[in-house]
Amino acid sequence: MSVDLEVNGKHISLLVDPSTPLLWVLREELGLTGTKFGCGAAQCGACTVHVDGVAVRSCVLPASSVAGKRITTIEGLASEVANPLVRAWIEKDVPQCGYCQCGQIMSAAVLLAERTDPSDEEIDACMAGNVCRCATYVRIRSAIHHAAALKRGGK
Amino acid sequence: MSRPSTFERRAFLKASAALGGGLLIAIHMPSRAAASASAANFAPNAFLRLASSGKITVMINKAEMGQGVATSLSMLVAEEFDADWKDVGFEFAPVDAAYNHPGMPMQFTGGSMSVMAMSEPLKKAGAMGRAMIVTAAAERWNVPPEECATSESVVTHARTGKRATYGELASAAALLTPPAEPKLKDPATYKLLGKSTRRLDTPDKVTGKAIFSIDVSRPGMLTALVAHPPVFGGKAKKWNEAAALAIPGVRKVFAIPSGIAVVAERFWAAKRGRDVLAVEWDDGENAGISSERLHKQYRELSRTTGLVARKDGDAPAAIASAAKTISADYELPYLAHAPMEPLNCVVDLRKDACEIWVGSQFQTIDRATAAGHAGLAPEQVDLHTTFMGGGFGRRANPASDYIAEAVEIAKQAGGCIKLIWTRDDDMRGGYYRPLWHSRLAATLGANGLPEAWTHTIVGQSILAGTAFEAFFVKDGIDETSTEGAADLPYSIPNVQVDLHTTKVGVPTLWWRSVGHSHTAFVVESFLDELAHEAKLDPMELRRKLLADKPRHLGALETAWKAASKHPLAPGRARGVAVHFSFNSYVAHVIEASMQNGRPRVHRAVCAIDCGRVVNPDTVVAQLEGAVGFALTAALYGQITLENGRVQQSNFHDYRMLRIHEMPEVEVRIVESQEPSTGVGEPGVPTVAPALCNALFQLTGKRVRSLPIRPEDLKA
Repeated sequence: MSVDLEVNGKHISLLVDPSTPLLWVLREELGLTGTKFGCGAAQCGACTVHVDGVAVRSCVLPASSVAGKRITTIEGLASEVANPLVRAWIEKDVPQCGYCQCGQIMSAAVLLAERTDPSDEEIDACMAGNVCRCATYVRIRSAIHHAAALKRGGK
Repeated sequence: MSRPSTFERRAFLKASAALGGGLLIAIHMPSRAAASASAANFAPNAFLRLASSGKITVMINKAEMGQGVATSLSMLVAEEFDADWKDVGFEFAPVDAAYNHPGMPMQFTGGSMSVMAMSEPLKKAGAMGRAMIVTAAAERWNVPPEECATSESVVTHARTGKRATYGELASAAALLTPPAEPKLKDPATYKLLGKSTRRLDTPDKVTGKAIFSIDVSRPGMLTALVAHPPVFGGKAKKWNEAAALAIPGVRKVFAIPSGIAVVAERFWAAKRGRDVLAVEWDDGENAGISSERLHKQYRELSRTTGLVARKDGDAPAAIASAAKTISADYELPYLAHAPMEPLNCVVDLRKDACEIWVGSQFQTIDRATAAGHAGLAPEQVDLHTTFMGGGFGRRANPASDYIAEAVEIAKQAGGCIKLIWTRDDDMRGGYYRPLWHSRLAATLGANGLPEAWTHTIVGQSILAGTAFEAFFVKDGIDETSTEGAADLPYSIPNVQVDLHTTKVGVPTLWWRSVGHSHTAFVVESFLDELAHEAKLDPMELRRKLLADKPRHLGALETAWKAASKHPLAPGRARGVAVHFSFNSYVAHVIEASMQNGRPRVHRAVCAIDCGRVVNPDTVVAQLEGAVGFALTAALYGQITLENGRVQQSNFHDYRMLRIHEMPEVEVRIVESQEPSTGVGEPGVPTVAPALCNALFQLTGKRVRSLPIRPEDLKA
């Protein structure tokens, strides 16, 4: 079946099995491989993208359910000039293996859209769905605080 | 599941014997031009590339799985090359003897040895390049080379005021003969080494540009999933090929030695095809395996003495004749590595050649194994090392399991395939940290100090039957089973450590910190038991027994001092542990409390003595991460088997520590001018015992099996 999507600002029409999770449409049909496969069961958050501004687990979301919706992936978010999260992640040197980090940033982006100065508790609540096997959590937390400060400072 | 590696063991042994186990400084060109050679105008050795544009590329012969090795190895070259760090980038090296681990006839990443082993060769590689650039400048200006200075990729000559960039000199330098023994810098003059430096791979990893093998795409590539037997060694009897082929996009379904492969145009079709295969399995001889039964059998075996790995004095006699002995049993489960990127591999197999893209810690062995399965010579196989989404030892398998499987699929599918293991495949695919049992006994002298210590270890050998057996299994004892126990650092007059090696049909493998992942927990917990029995402060007992171990003590006192700066809140306690592994000394002080009947970890203070440090921030990052990795195992980690079947399948039942459970971490690096030693693994072993020692103070309950069960901590 044909599914119409808006991905990173571009309108796309695709012929796919409608049960295909959005993750695989992004990765295999559109070559947007920054969104990762980690568990296939919405347990780890490596596949986090935004659908109409909401962070979702794309590994369990059938493509048919997002027809006509606005999807943002890490490639879209990172293309924003000097995105404060991307900057903060670099300045705090957060990643180790790096596999989960795009998903972490996508989750954090939603938090920063809602809170100008999130507390540790708010960060925990928002980020608990994203697993990092290298356990870079200390730096993820510090990078989110840093990104919020960059954003508040208009930098 | 396990198949014999086609890696040529005899050649491996012969080559290793010839090298005498010493360090081979391999600074020569690879036999085949490395991938980037064409873009470089100056390539004085296997590791350094310089283009006329000034761009410097360091060839990385180690796997970057998060430990920061691409950056630290680049720093080693850049320092001696006197490079402008802004010009420096890296590439993963192809498989070639020039990139072998020093002293070993193969390219691999493990044992926390990358910086330890590569420091000298890479410094020499950089210094060689610098000497040639300087000679090129001196010849051009007709001045003595000794009068030329270098800094940030520029050569200058003070007397004449001449100046040239490295890029401008690249082509001239390329015509010179490399010096055999270039002069190295005085470490006091280092500009880069020892200073926290941002990782080179971070920008690509936070923008989605970094390519892991799962991201590789090739023209005409198909995706394969495999239905694996639910019991290790099981064989498929019957399956519904037609049902799978009826799924649109499924191209082929066939049996391979490790299961039934479904090859499709896309992942989702392969997954749907696999879901309807309805395979009937012949479970084979491992259908009776149960973790519970293994624990019982191991416990019984631990009542007898195994092969003796360490014997000082006569500990069994001292214990037999003592009025009072303290004894305990410790149990640890199988553990999965569970890297975030599930195992996968891309194979493009043609008639006379094969290209492989894989996140591999074991390039030489993996290439040889792939070649064996493909019916090609290793030189006909091009193996491209990609970033890897975590390794922790799983991507260093002497059996090359998922790589061999991918080649088997490509053979029947024809052309290019990407094999993807789902999380369930990964969790149930074996090659676990072994299940262990330890039985300990000790007696105390009148002064409260231990007089005798016996430790019987029971578990599977990781290395028996692999190419590594000849190196690490001596007189029947796999060193990786007893490491951290046989080298007990404490001053005790009578010590005996012995080992029973079991054979179980569950494939095992090294898991971040290997044997130390069980021995440090057991030794550091039991020592704490002895301290409480003797009514001695656990820190005080360690100080007394480590009086002649300055580096253990250095780490311990550093961590304790840093931890003591934080006043202990009511309801909290501190536990301590110290351990030597991968040639580094690490101590943890863990501050914990009980909240709603469950352990809560508030702060982990860690001190490491790992000799001279290349990139301090990487050391800090590795130790921060090690706390979370080790807490995951201590609080949640267990793979259990019943009826030969692994019970866990995904992160809902093999839980990972999450951000709200992560404690504050404080890392102290002990100043040292000793040679650089391991960093990636040594942060793991002491976390669990330090935590459990804190929990004992809080609850009076001794945790003797992991993961920690909150019900065992109830009063």
